[in-house]
Amino acid sequence: MTDRVVMRGVSKRFGAALALRDVDFSARPGEIHGLMGENGAGKSTLMRVLAGAIDSDGGDMEIDGIPYRPRSPHDARSSGIRAVHQEFSLVPHLSVAENLLLGELPTHVRGVVDWPAAHREADSSLKALGFEGIDTHMRVDQLGVSQRQMVEITKAMRADPRVVILDEPSAVLSNAELERLFAVLRSFRDEGGVVVYVSHRLDEVLTICDRVTVLKDGELVGTVSAAEVDEPELIRMMVGRPLSEIYPRRARPVTEQLLLVEGLTGAGFQGVDLRLGTGEIVGIFGLVGAGRTELARAIFGATPSEGRMTIAGAPFKPRSPADALKAGVAMLSEERARDGLVLPAGILDNITLASLGRLSRLGILSRQGQVQAANEQVENLDIRPAQLRRPVRMLSGGNQQKVVFGKWLVHGARVQILDEPTRGVDVATKVQIYQIIAALADEGRAVLLISSDLPEIIGMSDRILVMRLGRIVGEVPASAATEERLLAIASGVEGLAA
Amino acid sequence: MSRYDSTAIRTRLDWRSRSWLDLALPALFLALLVFAAISSDTFLTQNNIVNLLRQTVINGLISLGMLVVILSGGIDLSVGAVVALSAVLVGVLAESMPIPMAVAVALAAAAGVGVINGFIVARFRIQPFIVTLGSLSAVRGMVFVISETPVVYSDPGFLGIGSAMLGPIPLITVLMLLAYLLMSFFLNRTTPGRAIIGIGGNEEAVRLAGINVRLNTTLAYTICAGLAGLAGVILASRVGIAQPSVGIGWELDAIAACVIGGAILGGGGGSVRGTFAGVLILALISNLLNMFNVQSYYQQVFKGVLIVLAVLARRKER
Repeated sequence: MTDRVVMRGVSKRFGAALALRDVDFSARPGEIHGLMGENGAGKSTLMRVLAGAIDSDGGDMEIDGIPYRPRSPHDARSSGIRAVHQEFSLVPHLSVAENLLLGELPTHVRGVVDWPAAHREADSSLKALGFEGIDTHMRVDQLGVSQRQMVEITKAMRADPRVVILDEPSAVLSNAELERLFAVLRSFRDEGGVVVYVSHRLDEVLTICDRVTVLKDGELVGTVSAAEVDEPELIRMMVGRPLSEIYPRRARPVTEQLLLVEGLTGAGFQGVDLRLGTGEIVGIFGLVGAGRTELARAIFGATPSEGRMTIAGAPFKPRSPADALKAGVAMLSEERARDGLVLPAGILDNITLASLGRLSRLGILSRQGQVQAANEQVENLDIRPAQLRRPVRMLSGGNQQKVVFGKWLVHGARVQILDEPTRGVDVATKVQIYQIIAALADEGRAVLLISSDLPEIIGMSDRILVMRLGRIVGEVPASAATEERLLAIASGVEGLAA
Repeated sequence: MSRYDSTAIRTRLDWRSRSWLDLALPALFLALLVFAAISSDTFLTQNNIVNLLRQTVINGLISLGMLVVILSGGIDLSVGAVVALSAVLVGVLAESMPIPMAVAVALAAAAGVGVINGFIVARFRIQPFIVTLGSLSAVRGMVFVISETPVVYSDPGFLGIGSAMLGPIPLITVLMLLAYLLMSFFLNRTTPGRAIIGIGGNEEAVRLAGINVRLNTTLAYTICAGLAGLAGVILASRVGIAQPSVGIGWELDAIAACVIGGAILGGGGGSVRGTFAGVLILALISNLLNMFNVQSYYQQVFKGVLIVLAVLARRKER
């Protein structure tokens, strides 16, 4: 059988950086092909070349044996290649139906849109893929991210493509939604379609894919059959070394009480009590909507709350993030692009953003101090490329997250809240971040770790608080924590007094 | 894991995302200069040069203030009206108080407009375009309430500011250059300066970094209006007469200078250097076209084309 997609010797250079070097890639009809690699390994670049979004500097491509050289995404579409990207390509102010049928809205005579027909058609397209519960009259900007993702996938599938490229589709989907998506992909495959599934989630790729191609630093590491490979082997291919220890080993700390929260109530949570000691990592686990982020934002003074808090015995009532930072409480936000980074600004400006006061005298910044602080973090966190003025918009997700960490490390608060600190970063970066978190605690800081990643929260925390419907419903020491037990408490199956 | 060696870090420190326009701007400026010198005998006369240097001052100061607001992610449409406010106010107040005090009050009034603009934008989160459109109208109306007729200046000391020379260079040009140097320092090296630029890039991230967003936003508008006020005072001193209708449409020239110099409306880009280049190029073009007796309507056409070209050239390659 001829390969559907063949890419041979593809290279791509961005300025001085070689993003792809002589990469071969091929996919057969009726195959779900995983594409893996760390952030910055070149996965997205390779797929952008295939989808016609960028031109390669070298190499050639074939689709079903016919030479293929797209000049634009439009060319790629004409050849039956559709990409669903991380950045959504929907028009936010238009309805779901209009987005799905953009450019092909059904009309009465003389170009008058037949709206009832449009909504019927859009609705049946969604239902055909099993995406229920999306009202086609809704504006796309009123949908949640996962629903938008489904609309996007539906839009791609409507075009009856030969190849569908999915770039990190699972990042925003719940487990049930992911199952639905997998079913859609499998039936597309069984009809002879090709899916290229770009992801760094190992379990997922091994579940859904038939073969996996791994890239590292812009080069091909290899293509393997998913049936003949396991997670440790994939990690070894991606990282270039075995990951013997993911979670750093720490001694159970002897702590002094630092942060005390009593009866804290605000939007999304009620009557929360918690204590946090020096040198301690306390995890907060809960399902989506349990109120974890809301609680964290309130402790950080970003949203108002009622109740009593003290830090090292002194009353603590933050009315703004500025108040909280003054008292020594810092928070790393869950959404780095929205809350954590000034994307057009450079690494230097972002890393020093929360410490401008300390790095200046009488309001005048010490350039030397700034550069020194930023350089320390760039080295300490291995931020790449190490160019202090490069806009953080141009960094990979993992490096962006390291920049946010750098910002709070320079600031150096006594209490560090971390909200989903490893979301959307690859395995190798995760390991680095775990070491940073452990080092924070070892220095005697208190860490409040919010995470949906069960192995992470169990591996990192000294004890784990479980939230459900805005309340803390359980506390489990790390030694007694299992994924099943935390999930049971979080979903209300198991009641457990704190 | 291998790391970038430290020499690599140091040599790459000054890496910037330069577009070819960063070089094209000075090149365009030089080309215009050379062209002017060759094609006109009057261009290189001392008279014309001094004239040109004077002409850049007003738009130079307004554009510098506009840059600060644009960097913060906003826009200020009221600057033209603020120019008129301070230009007229000095003369009216001078009837009842000494000139220096009149100047101080006029500058304070101008800055006050900025405080109000900034406060409303920051506190109530209304679009800056709308807020300053409102104050454009309100301030312009107020100017006519203060004086319906042109205000004439006769104080020789005051008129002296506008005509004084420091060697071969007009005093007011030196003042403007000083303002540019100070602004460059302010934006690059002070905490409020970095905060303002950060706000234009991502306001929420700046707030969560513990920086007072309202205060710094208000400061940006205050600086902008204050510089417009200063431009008004200098204008009155240079021309010796202040029309209540002066400055209509000048906000557009200022925005144009910033944009030609690489500023991005909505925040996230712009520099003092670029704005300076934008101001010079605009001034040079009108000076040239004047010398060739080109109708001012054509000047508008030319300016419009240049603005769009500048933005086109900066379009990011994707």
